[in-house]
Amino acid sequence: MTDNASVSRQVCGNFGNDKGRLMDILIGVQAQAGCIAPEALDEIAKSLSMNRVEVESAATFYAFFSDKMRGRFVIRLCNDVIDQLQGADRVAAAFRAELGIEFGQTTADGLFSLAYTPCIGMSDQAPAVLINDRVVTKVSTDMVREIVQTLRTGKSLEHLKLTLGDGNNSHPLVRAMVNNNLRERGAVVFAPYTPGVALQRALSEQPVEIIKIIKASRLRGRGGAGFPTGMKWEFTRAAPGERKFVVCNADEGEPGTFKDRVILTEAPGLVFEGMTIAGYAVGASEGIVYLRGEYAYLLAYLEDVLAKRRAAGLLGRDILGKAGFKFDIRIQLGAGAYVCGEETALLSSCEGKAGNPKTRPPFPAQKGYLDMPTVINNVETHCAAARIVENGPSWFASMGTKASSGTKVFSVSGDCAQPGVYEIPFGITVQELLARVGATDTIAVQVGGASGRMIGPSEFGRQFCFDQLATGGSVMVFGKGRDPLAIAHGFMDFFVEESCGYCTPCRVGTRLLRERLGRFLEGRAEAADLDYLEKTSKVVKNASRCGLGQTAPNPILSTLQSFRSEYERCIKKNGTVFLPSFDPGKAVAVAAGIAGRASEHFGTKKGGVKA
Amino acid sequence: MSAQDAAKLSFTIDGKEVKAEPGQTILQAAALAGIYIPHLCAMKGLSPWGSCRVCTVLVNGKPQAACTMPVAEGMIVENDTAELKDLRSSIVEMLFVEGNHFCMFCEKSGNCELQAMGYRLGMLQPRHDYMFPTRQVDASHPDVMLDHNRCILCARCIRASKELDGKNVFQFIHRGAHKRIGVDAAGGAGGTNLAVTDKAAEACPVGCIVKKRVGFAVPIGQRLYDTKPIGSHIEAGRAAKE
Ligand SMILES: Cc1cc2nc3c(=O)[nH]c(=O)nc-3n(C[C@H](O)[C@H](O)[C@H](O)COP(=O)(O)O)c2cc1C
Ligand code: SF4
Ligand code: SF4
Ligand code: SF4
Ligand code: FES
Repeated sequence: MTDNASVSRQVCGNFGNDKGRLMDILIGVQAQAGCIAPEALDEIAKSLSMNRVEVESAATFYAFFSDKMRGRFVIRLCNDVIDQLQGADRVAAAFRAELGIEFGQTTADGLFSLAYTPCIGMSDQAPAVLINDRVVTKVSTDMVREIVQTLRTGKSLEHLKLTLGDGNNSHPLVRAMVNNNLRERGAVVFAPYTPGVALQRALSEQPVEIIKIIKASRLRGRGGAGFPTGMKWEFTRAAPGERKFVVCNADEGEPGTFKDRVILTEAPGLVFEGMTIAGYAVGASEGIVYLRGEYAYLLAYLEDVLAKRRAAGLLGRDILGKAGFKFDIRIQLGAGAYVCGEETALLSSCEGKAGNPKTRPPFPAQKGYLDMPTVINNVETHCAAARIVENGPSWFASMGTKASSGTKVFSVSGDCAQPGVYEIPFGITVQELLARVGATDTIAVQVGGASGRMIGPSEFGRQFCFDQLATGGSVMVFGKGRDPLAIAHGFMDFFVEESCGYCTPCRVGTRLLRERLGRFLEGRAEAADLDYLEKTSKVVKNASRCGLGQTAPNPILSTLQSFRSEYERCIKKNGTVFLPSFDPGKAVAVAAGIAGRASEHFGTKKGGVKA
Repeated sequence: MSAQDAAKLSFTIDGKEVKAEPGQTILQAAALAGIYIPHLCAMKGLSPWGSCRVCTVLVNGKPQAACTMPVAEGMIVENDTAELKDLRSSIVEMLFVEGNHFCMFCEKSGNCELQAMGYRLGMLQPRHDYMFPTRQVDASHPDVMLDHNRCILCARCIRASKELDGKNVFQFIHRGAHKRIGVDAAGGAGGTNLAVTDKAAEACPVGCIVKKRVGFAVPIGQRLYDTKPIGSHIEAGRAAKE
């Protein structure tokens, strides 16, 4: 067994004992030693001249780190709402049976650990699991048996017989069982790309001209919030700072979103080109791609694309012969934290800290990474910016609607015949999109992921665009027989799990809301609970510190609006409820555990998503 | 108008004009003007933090934390309204149900800012359900005790240790519902360089960080908030000016 202290020393050394690289160091120690044990915290703190508790703060924040020894193969089953609807429970049961352990446990032989994980960006090929950094998609119970049998004989992950996916998923540096499911290519992101063309054009203009071009295109951020990109670049250019940074947000943690995965697989050059152009426009020479840990399988491939761009003079010094313009990009891996998609939490993480959001103002454009002016854009936004420079702002603005120009890449999942990625001009209605993806008998659509809104058929005539139905890309389709409240409960589970815990309303309020919603699913709700849900949701929305808490009540608020009758149907009609918060099942659970059998009268029920 | 007043900017809180220096937060400017905005994680002398959210006000109609939001010319701040009082009370009640607060057995009672805030906001009983978490007590330090049952995660200890004591005794560990105060040693506070004279040992608004052997030195009934509600010293400042 490798010992934690010496591994830690060596990994710290590999990163020049630079505490700014703590994330990479923790990822390295976890991978090599199987855990980040107390001795590792001491050793890392010593090597980096930090306080131990600061190291512990980061090491205990991310889901992919563990203080206890994990198995050689860590199996993480995605328990996102879509995966649950598509049989994640059956897969879970199969893993339990094959391995003889529960989720959260490790087999006695030290080979396997089982864990749940929120959306891993594979909702179009659910149910999916991560085994270390490998993705296995459309998992069946037969596959579970085969996987466990193969790995149990001491073979490595390379020996799993996985069918490689289409496009670059079969690239020698990727070799992933992931399919692009790229159903519609539009004119912006997925059009043919020749490296350097957009960049060449950019470098023939003054930086301020580039910003004018982006502004004229009316490009708005594709990550969800829709902030005008040109303005963001202008602020960053104007802000004083010895160094400036361009960040690409590839955290893609919003449940049901997976379009950035496909963009990074099929058009990484365009992403890097957009970042380089942003660097030129704002006066930055350093770029960072924050890649979610779940997409680590793309890392070697992306590094290779970067190396080729350096060799081709598209990155590095005097780019494309432009004297004095230098720009380079590093990739920062995440380690399992949705909140790190929030731009200031992302910066904390890049700095090697726990992923707590920062206080705003100041905004990243003024004080971002290392307190220096920083542009942060979504993967797709960087692509669009490069194309706008290449083809002109009016070309771009001629697509989509007035307030929402250009195309949008949608990630469609759930109850439809063709889940996958669709690049379509803004302005398409829900009805039209449902027809294209082969969805019938749709009862609800979740627009914008867990943090978005659930709408019913009466709103299917509305358009996808910033001023009607805004989405960072996620469109989840729910057909006949699905239970909107159970789905909303699944989303609340997600927020409870992913809240960073910094501020009161989000840390405490999300749990209170989930519990109260659960009463409806369990038939314990009273009429007054509707009022409680409404009021407490508003407190969490209005008082939370960052976008996570501000949107966390949306599953409840939007179902209260669109599916109110479902709530009313669940209210306990007769019988007196003395204390609704009192769940006799939970109260006897400990005793039942000691007795080793379930209570005959109060078997514990749990509100989950029913398939 | 004096030259000094000319350098100041002006905005309103509940319709009253307030003068402030650029760079001040709304909370700081309000306090200097004798206007109390309820707050827990903010503490004079420490950098703004913005975690409790009790100081939530409306700025031009939008909710903001008064303790982190910088003042700006002409901004319209709403503070003392029934809606905000209810929102603040809901948040304070969240803090009560999240931990284990049995005031009648707590050394901090009467000096506790959380308890006093509950009184000031007119809270009788939390509208939320109690969570009754299982939390630890760390008695490993010879002079100071940490009772995590009462911690409200305000980070005043973290900031005081860093900013006033020049140490780094405390930091948050874990995340979400599991977030808690960690100390800079594997075996508890006893292994850290925390001294009983540290400002960090004084900074806790509740009964989480308490000094040993000085309990009940001031009897209950004669403590800070036993006689006057929290915030009255700030309001007294305004009364003196008027
Ligand atoms: C909890 C949370 C998670 C987020 N996750 C992402 C994400 O995965 N990818 C992304 O681009 N933006 C995400 N955002 C939005 C970012 O904070 C930020 O607005 C965006 O990266 C800016 O880029 P854009 O203007 O190009 O959209 C998230 C925001 C919140 C509050
Ligand atoms: S709202 Fe608060 S607790 Fe929730 S993620 Fe943001 S800062 Fe953390
Ligand atoms: S810390 Fe304050 S609120 Fe909590 S029990 Fe003690 S006195 Fe009561
Ligand atoms: S120990 Fe006290 S000062 Fe520190 S975070 Fe908890 S409540 Fe605040
Ligand atoms: S006092 Fe402002 S958030 Fe705590």
